[in-house]
Amino acid sequence: METFVFFYFATIIVVTAGLVVALKSPIYSALALLVMFFHVAGLFVTLHAEFLAIIQILVYAGAILVLYLFVVMLLNLKREEHFHSQFIVGLFLGCVLFAEAVLLVLKGETTLGQNIAASAAPIELTRGNTESIGELLYSTYLFPFEVASLILLVAMVGAVILTKKGILEVKS
Amino acid sequence: METGIRLALTLGQIGAVMVAVLLTVAVLTLLERKVLGWMQDRMGPMEVGPYGILQPVADGLKLFFKEDIIPAGANKFMFSMAPILSLVPALIGFAVIPFGPDWTVEVSGVDFKPFVITDINVGVLYILAFASIGAYGIILGGWSSNSKYSLLGGLRSAAQLISYELNVGLSIVGVLLLSSSLSLVTITNAQAGGFWNWYFFAWGSFPQAIAFMVFMISSVAETNRTPFDLPEAESELVAGFFTEYSGMRFAFFFLAEYGNMILVSCVATVLFFGGWHAPLEILQGPEWMHGITGIFWFALKVASFLFLFFWVRATLPRLRYDQLMRFGWKVLLPIALGNIVVTSIFAYLFP
Repeated sequence: METFVFFYFATIIVVTAGLVVALKSPIYSALALLVMFFHVAGLFVTLHAEFLAIIQILVYAGAILVLYLFVVMLLNLKREEHFHSQFIVGLFLGCVLFAEAVLLVLKGETTLGQNIAASAAPIELTRGNTESIGELLYSTYLFPFEVASLILLVAMVGAVILTKKGILEVKS
Repeated sequence: METGIRLALTLGQIGAVMVAVLLTVAVLTLLERKVLGWMQDRMGPMEVGPYGILQPVADGLKLFFKEDIIPAGANKFMFSMAPILSLVPALIGFAVIPFGPDWTVEVSGVDFKPFVITDINVGVLYILAFASIGAYGIILGGWSSNSKYSLLGGLRSAAQLISYELNVGLSIVGVLLLSSSLSLVTITNAQAGGFWNWYFFAWGSFPQAIAFMVFMISSVAETNRTPFDLPEAESELVAGFFTEYSGMRFAFFFLAEYGNMILVSCVATVLFFGGWHAPLEILQGPEWMHGITGIFWFALKVASFLFLFFWVRATLPRLRYDQLMRFGWKVLLPIALGNIVVTSIFAYLFP
């Protein structure tokens, strides 16, 4: 049962991720991405990470993709032919990357594989996973967390400066 | 066998909740017109049945038999998907709302909670997530109609939903800090004992009254109700994003709007006004009666919030678009953030 559910989610994720790139209309691409986000959330649920699953929907599907659709509709992009002329190059690069991934999995003795195996050891959850994630974020991973928020702050300030022309001239 | 029983019980529960919600929607469509009528010194609908009480049936039949038109040049697939995408998120949120006491009944070996469909430990986030998914129905409906009014309505609605969603999320954080849980059942249980324990008053800690105001205003904006009904401003955009819709597809958008209103009222009841708990312990009755009195108090609180929606609609004129954005980002957002800071200080000092 569990394997069946996993393979259902995995298949849909791969197919829709392919569609995001392959579809010509940006709106359809965005919708394929929406379906993909939901199935990624489904994968998190099968791993008993409800918090991550809901955040996946809330942040990616609920905020980022809506914003993206908003921009696509505002600019009224009908078809983006420009990016479909690179199909052969993309196919070549994709094949190379896929072959590398297959090789890694087949050998299974790389550091990458070991890291995955090491981190896959189940962490004892004494409380709900929301509390556990919060505690980890504010203790073990405090520094990366703060760096991430600083980067986001810089991006926000950058967006304000780029859109509000003249904001710098007025000050000086 | 056990899975079968569990499935049957859950499906029965979902059916009961859906029927209750859809019946409430039917009653609301009549009540809204009646209440607006009374507030404007009119009678409201009077023709169908005594005092017009059969009006919802007549409306339903009319919508059901109307011709279903897909405009020329519209994107047929998206045009059909949009009403469904907007109705499903409105109904799916009821899955985590506790309507009554936190009982666990054992039905032939299966633990069963009669008053909540599922008690997941991220219930609040679940509701927020699916509320934000509702925006897709509106945006795609506006885009696929191939009409400038629909497109403008959809765009406005997208901007509005993104802005006010944030305020809804932030205004809830205070309650989450006080209850230190994301499960709606746990939050309700933490407010037992009397009205001073409700998070609106929060005796012994920082009252969430301000957060409640922010939550309610943002919810009105999120459900596209007057005075924030810019996506469907009649005087500017005909009917906004559902200008081109008719028949059952229109009915779906209509159901979604009213379903969202009920959902928001339920969330406000659970988070700020103690859910199914009576204002005084004595009004709750003996332990075995909690099922009945719980549902009664829950329904009463939800009904008063729904009345508030109508009252606001009858009182306030529509905002201009720039006023709406300025109010959301420059007034409500700082208030919500300030509330979080003050509440965390109080929660730290008086745990």
